Amino acid sequence: MATAEARVPGTPGLEHTGGTYSGGVWSWLTTVDHKRIAIMYFVTGFVFLLVAGLEAQAIRVQLAHSDLRILNPDLYNQLFTMHGTTMVFFAGMPLIVAFFNFVVPLQIGARDVAFPRLNAFSYWTLLFAGLFLYVGFGLSLAGVCNCAPDGGWFAYQPLTGPEYSPGPGLDFYILSLLLAGVGSIAGGVNFFVTIVNMRAPGLKFMRLPLFTWMTLIVSILILLAFPPFTVGLVFMLFDRTFGTHFYGAAAGADPVLWQHLFWVFGHPEVYILILPAFGVVSDVIPTFSKKSLFGYPVVVFSGGLIGFLGFGVWVHHMFAVGLGPIVNAVFGGATMLIAIPTGIKIFNWIATMWGGQIRFRTPMLFAVGLLATFTIGGLSGVMHSSPPSDLQQTDTYFVVAHFHYVLVGGTVMGLFAGMYYWFPKATGRLLSERLGRWHFWLTMVALNTTFFPMHFSGLLGMPRRTFTYSAGLGLDVFNLISTLGALLFTVSLLPLFANLWRAWRRGEPAGPNPWDAPTLEWTTSSPPPHYNFAVTPRVARRDPLWHPHVEPGLAWAGELEPGGVSPRLQPEVPPDPVHMPDPSYWPLVMAIGMLVATVGALGSLPVVLGGAALTLFGLFGWAFEPPERGGH
Amino acid sequence: MGRPNALLAGPVGRVDAREGRTYRGAPGRGPGGANARIRNVSIELLNRRFLVAATLVTGLAVLQGCGGAYPQSALHPASDFADRLDGLFMQIFWWAMGVFVVVMGALAYTIIRWRERPGATRPREMHGHALLEVGWTLAPALILVAIAIPTIRTIFVVDRPPDEPASLTLEVVGRQWWWEFRYPELGITTANEAHLPVGRRVDVRLHSADVVHSFWVPRLGGKRDVVPGRENQIWFTPDSVGVFWGQCAEYCGTAHALMGFRVVVDDSTTFDEWVAAQQAPATPPREAQARAGQGVFMSNACVSCHAIEGTVARGVFGPNLTHFGSRLTLGAGLLDNTPENLVRWIDSTQTVKPGNHMPEVALTEQQVQQLVTYLLSLR
Repeated sequence: MATAEARVPGTPGLEHTGGTYSGGVWSWLTTVDHKRIAIMYFVTGFVFLLVAGLEAQAIRVQLAHSDLRILNPDLYNQLFTMHGTTMVFFAGMPLIVAFFNFVVPLQIGARDVAFPRLNAFSYWTLLFAGLFLYVGFGLSLAGVCNCAPDGGWFAYQPLTGPEYSPGPGLDFYILSLLLAGVGSIAGGVNFFVTIVNMRAPGLKFMRLPLFTWMTLIVSILILLAFPPFTVGLVFMLFDRTFGTHFYGAAAGADPVLWQHLFWVFGHPEVYILILPAFGVVSDVIPTFSKKSLFGYPVVVFSGGLIGFLGFGVWVHHMFAVGLGPIVNAVFGGATMLIAIPTGIKIFNWIATMWGGQIRFRTPMLFAVGLLATFTIGGLSGVMHSSPPSDLQQTDTYFVVAHFHYVLVGGTVMGLFAGMYYWFPKATGRLLSERLGRWHFWLTMVALNTTFFPMHFSGLLGMPRRTFTYSAGLGLDVFNLISTLGALLFTVSLLPLFANLWRAWRRGEPAGPNPWDAPTLEWTTSSPPPHYNFAVTPRVARRDPLWHPHVEPGLAWAGELEPGGVSPRLQPEVPPDPVHMPDPSYWPLVMAIGMLVATVGALGSLPVVLGGAALTLFGLFGWAFEPPERGGH
Repeated sequence: MGRPNALLAGPVGRVDAREGRTYRGAPGRGPGGANARIRNVSIELLNRRFLVAATLVTGLAVLQGCGGAYPQSALHPASDFADRLDGLFMQIFWWAMGVFVVVMGALAYTIIRWRERPGATRPREMHGHALLEVGWTLAPALILVAIAIPTIRTIFVVDRPPDEPASLTLEVVGRQWWWEFRYPELGITTANEAHLPVGRRVDVRLHSADVVHSFWVPRLGGKRDVVPGRENQIWFTPDSVGVFWGQCAEYCGTAHALMGFRVVVDDSTTFDEWVAAQQAPATPPREAQARAGQGVFMSNACVSCHAIEGTVARGVFGPNLTHFGSRLTLGAGLLDNTPENLVRWIDSTQTVKPGNHMPEVALTEQQVQQLVTYLLSLR
């Protein structure tokens, strides 16, 4: 990549932005740049991933052997609650949104998202929601108050109602997730509008890269799934705070209502977490097979179908509730249907590689790893799509094995593939392939060692969410293997950290397109300038970079790189003035206002009102912020 | 906490009591009789092969030998209900194995065959292939149909209550964190240990006294949630004599992990004897130590939560102890019911089972011994 060095600008793009893009903490607090917000999301999500991973380690140590009493049951129950809640809302969500933020505007040839300040607001609410939850957990660990939620991430009623969980722990859960939900819904709006409205000329829907397609579908899922969850949380908050009876059976309400509201969100949430990983893989596999995606329309539509069907299957989390044979038959059948579009994707990915020239660089290793491990999770999923079969599997370690194969073997593998794929674009540095391979293989071994034995411990009678188990169950060996695998997960991160460290110290310059990839983000420099594209690209077909000679509109100059590998497609200096949004502190002010109101909702009306006032103040400041102070 | 083997349900797998029993197959599962028995044998073979595969895959062949039986296994059915679920699961399992082999084979072949080779030209583009794509849409669809048909048949057997009520009803009340068992026809109330006769259908009615629990005895059938404000039910016919382990399967708070129970399936004579014994009020203690224990019980907090029929103890918040001494375990399936364990339980119940609702009553060592003698005399 020596030839690439020449075209990596020293401080990319900063000099073209009217001086608004300086360094320093203030610039990060006020940034509305999607690439910087992406980095903040990524770091936040990754830190929460490590924290939730640590919680999982504690859980696995406690379960290493039968009848251990290392953790007391209350602490254990808090730990699995925090592990699940953190992984879904504060690791999984920010990590996928980090990718949305970094990749989508670049893939569609846009200079930012549709609502840059809303984007910053989404991030701050997410961060504050996560910190708020952990303040509660920390206070509880320190023995100050009983502020850690312990109802599981699914918080079934009436256990989480005022009668059985009188302490403030569940309030931390409810309020944190309400706050996070605000940011998630705003993000859903933002990416939906961005993709619909801000595509480069000629970039029709059926020319979009698959990652952008999946982002569009996931944005719709977020918009449809979070409202019922929000309603459910508000009901729960009212029951706990104002003594209403939305869920209390003693007053004639039905606690199963919460289960419906939760899972009609909870199941689409699973697809919110997995479809972006499918999007990454659908971009990575063609690049490293040197061959366009096989059956592009079918892969797109199957993604849409998975999202659509995802709203009609939530009762498969409730087959043991006793809703009757017809309900179970309908939802069982709908669940089975999802296997069809999922299978189509797997076959199309394999067909993409078929006849290609597969380069096993690190992103491709993780993508192929996803195909293998996700398939295992998909097949165990079919086993409990059948309601009677599920009666022996739900709430056991068999299901724990299943969804970890899906979420670690699918989402995490996909996000690692995406991280290795777009890291050179985001930083301008290449990662080490050798360390990448170590990371991949350790992850594969750790994943399978941890989760495969859980299939057996589950079928042989180990229920979930139990802080210990009897020696008489005969499950010690399976659990010990799982624990060793979990510890190996920690080891597997070492080559990753070493790799990041190495790239930071002495990573080779990446150049605009180190992988010979076909989509628009690879036409601009690495890292991209603040404005992404000096000239707006024009697109005449799918995978435009693989067709330079038939893409007259795409290339700015059409001149070949010095090495002759790929055409240089963006000028170093924009020929025309660039219009970019100014930094703004109002999103932060508004998010702080909402955080204050959230803290107040724990029991202080004046604080709630103060927070509400600050939120309104931020909203007004935001609305009346003068445009283009910096000038361009 | 090793358990005596007598508590386990003997060797796993089909027990002799199954021999000669008429197989009540699910509709469409074959005409019963000989065919069904062949089917049973083949399912058993599948079971064995699955376990063999399990041991191979995890490389545990040796360790498995020492592991002993799995008293809470879903793979060793001992009732018609568990049998149906297991048969359906094995059917789906083998379909899934087939798909797994095809997909992994295709994946492995592809990534080996189409690795980048030096000097190769750029691959030919293939934007799709209608016939292939229709093929790999239809193939999974057909497999799913093959799974859906027995699934729906089974749903309508295990989820739709039978028209005729069974002659035996077991009422289950889930409580934080123990189980109350009542036999309305027989007038028996007990806790954490149900007895059932082999070969007779039982209707199990499920109620909750507080939060959502889930009633699960894997070898006797699938789990069913115990939901406050609702009545749920399952029904099954045990086909083997033995002690079967059950456990709450829905997270229900602090001691959820320790909310176990036992279902003892007896032959009909033993069951009738058990019923007669349970219907009688508690035998008044004869020896001095036990009589003193009764005094301790009646003059301390015990009496306010526990009931002992035939005495003034009428508490309803804790397990009914009328025939406590006849039970295999104490603390909701937690400990073998031995004098030593009972001393531990009374002395330090919050250490043995943290969070449970029984207080640690201040008693002298002698009082505890007297109490233990009394409670274990309640046979």
